[in-house]
Amino acid sequence: MNIFSFQQLVNGLQLGSIYALIALGYTMVYGIVRLINFAHGDFYMLGAYAAYATFFLFNAYLAHMSTGYGLTFIVLLVAMLAGAAIAMLSNTFAYKPLRYKPKLSSLVTAIGVSMFLEYFFSAFPPIGPSMRGFPEILPRHMYQFGGAEISNYVMIDLLVAAVLMTGLTLLVQKSPLGKAMRAVSQDKDASKLMGIDVEKIISLTFFIGGSFAGAAGLLAGLTYPRINPYMGILPGLKAFISAVLGGIGNIPGAMLGAYIMGLAETIANAYNSLLGEGIAFVILIIVLLVRPTGLLGEKIADKI
Amino acid sequence: MGNFKLPRLLLAGLIFFIIVMILSPDMTGALNGYFMVIIERSLIFVILAISLNLINGITGQFSLGHMGFAAVGAYVSGTFTSIWFKLNPHTLSHYPVFMICIVIGGLGAAVVGFLIGFPSLRLKGDYLAIVTLGFGEIIRTILNNIDYVGGPRGLLGIPMFSKFPIIMLFAFLTVVILRNLVQSSHGRAMLSIRENELASELCGVDTVRYKVMGFVIGAFFAGIAGGLLAHLLTLAHPTQYGFLPSALVLIMVYAGGMGSLTGSVLAAFTLTFLTEGLRVGIDALPEFTIASQTYKIGTEWTMVIYAILLILIMLFKTEGIMGMRESRILIIEEKK
Repeated sequence: MNIFSFQQLVNGLQLGSIYALIALGYTMVYGIVRLINFAHGDFYMLGAYAAYATFFLFNAYLAHMSTGYGLTFIVLLVAMLAGAAIAMLSNTFAYKPLRYKPKLSSLVTAIGVSMFLEYFFSAFPPIGPSMRGFPEILPRHMYQFGGAEISNYVMIDLLVAAVLMTGLTLLVQKSPLGKAMRAVSQDKDASKLMGIDVEKIISLTFFIGGSFAGAAGLLAGLTYPRINPYMGILPGLKAFISAVLGGIGNIPGAMLGAYIMGLAETIANAYNSLLGEGIAFVILIIVLLVRPTGLLGEKIADKI
Repeated sequence: MGNFKLPRLLLAGLIFFIIVMILSPDMTGALNGYFMVIIERSLIFVILAISLNLINGITGQFSLGHMGFAAVGAYVSGTFTSIWFKLNPHTLSHYPVFMICIVIGGLGAAVVGFLIGFPSLRLKGDYLAIVTLGFGEIIRTILNNIDYVGGPRGLLGIPMFSKFPIIMLFAFLTVVILRNLVQSSHGRAMLSIRENELASELCGVDTVRYKVMGFVIGAFFAGIAGGLLAHLLTLAHPTQYGFLPSALVLIMVYAGGMGSLTGSVLAAFTLTFLTEGLRVGIDALPEFTIASQTYKIGTEWTMVIYAILLILIMLFKTEGIMGMRESRILIIEEKK
């Protein structure tokens, strides 16, 4: 297969959509509280498991639901809610009490939350550490288009990502809530003086970021149908690198970076699987050496 | 010569060494081989914890892939001793060569540390965390794919050189060197970066140089510890150096206290023993049955407990058990 075929472009965009949804959560949280939320990849894992559980609960109690677009939509909502709920919970219990302590302590706490989620789910008997097959919630159809085979899964991945990202952009740019979010990310104290409930905005940011990660978890479960409690580590890392590539804290940057990352990884993987594993870190080192602010990021001067 | 006194640290090290030697299976046998291995592991984790403390606690950076450097040290020294030199632990004259191999492993880890530390430490912010986390994953992938060092089978047949006196010697030297470093002017420059990077830069501290220096020295000692561990377990395996053991070292540093070498030493011993205790304890728990399904409480719960422990320490005792305090033993004595 040609490394630079149309098929590869489609695959890259599909992977990029999943990375973009995760990267947005990273970049929004970083933009507002300056915290690398290491547990973000685990919110994505949780979304996949919530989707998995919902599917089996539905099939056990409401057999007539079986499979199809309606069920996919319901499962998507559940996955998003699960991701959002766990994100808000970890914010309330782990990050909020440390908000005004040294930054390193919240970073360590984030590691703790991430470890807790991973090991709790692998130790919890009904879930366990082993790999599970993700059910085929939606019958798979293949379409021929421009010399490439495109399944309806690809379309769903691209569509869900596009809808969510458009919604987020509208929310952040046009709504009063979005204005408040942008204000908090610029200056927390000044926003407080302007009557913005800063904690509420931070909570909302975690809610949105978590729900996007949950959605990505479902999409990844559908597309690459194997899930386990550690599935969030690598995609989380790569999504974070995408956010750095686009300029951390910058929402369009995260989307751009994620699609570049998806394409780069797909192409590198076709070339050599070891390179496919490592390309993300090659990109990271190059970005740090050449343009540490990322593609769309601006240099922020230190305040003295 | 009437008032000649051994330095306190040397005295403490000697007392510990003599007690363990007396109790060891070779002499009275009060401690069996199992306990000796736990003590040896604890000493290796002492090296890992205080070297990570130099990076995370003293210099105030955030490295997450400390075991990645241990992997480099383990594989480099293991390749030297088992494949190239074919050393034999029963030949006494091979021990100096072995120690040189361990140091070479440490140097290899230091070189790798420089290569990944330099781009990320040039910048302010948390980039080091992500780079080192990625490094930990990458080193595992690379080791899995190099057939010369065993690939996914791991590097087998490493000679069993890591006897207690050897490990004790390396651990002791690490403590002495890092203590002297931390309490020198270089150490104070590193501390000032942790307290306020901008201010220390304005006071003329070359922050990038000191950050890279702390990181490379930390990586060097991690490489030493990795080499010792490989020669204790007689194998080096890619899965030994993943995120999980790195996180364990991290917990030791934060539980003991950021910047306190005493805290790291105590935490390394406590947590190594606790890990073994929990493993044995959880294994002894009976199986139970719910809805005709039998469940066994798995040893994965150890890590759940540690995760909760880490979060609780951060929430309620952010500075760790020892805080910044040092034991009198670890403070350099004034010359009269």
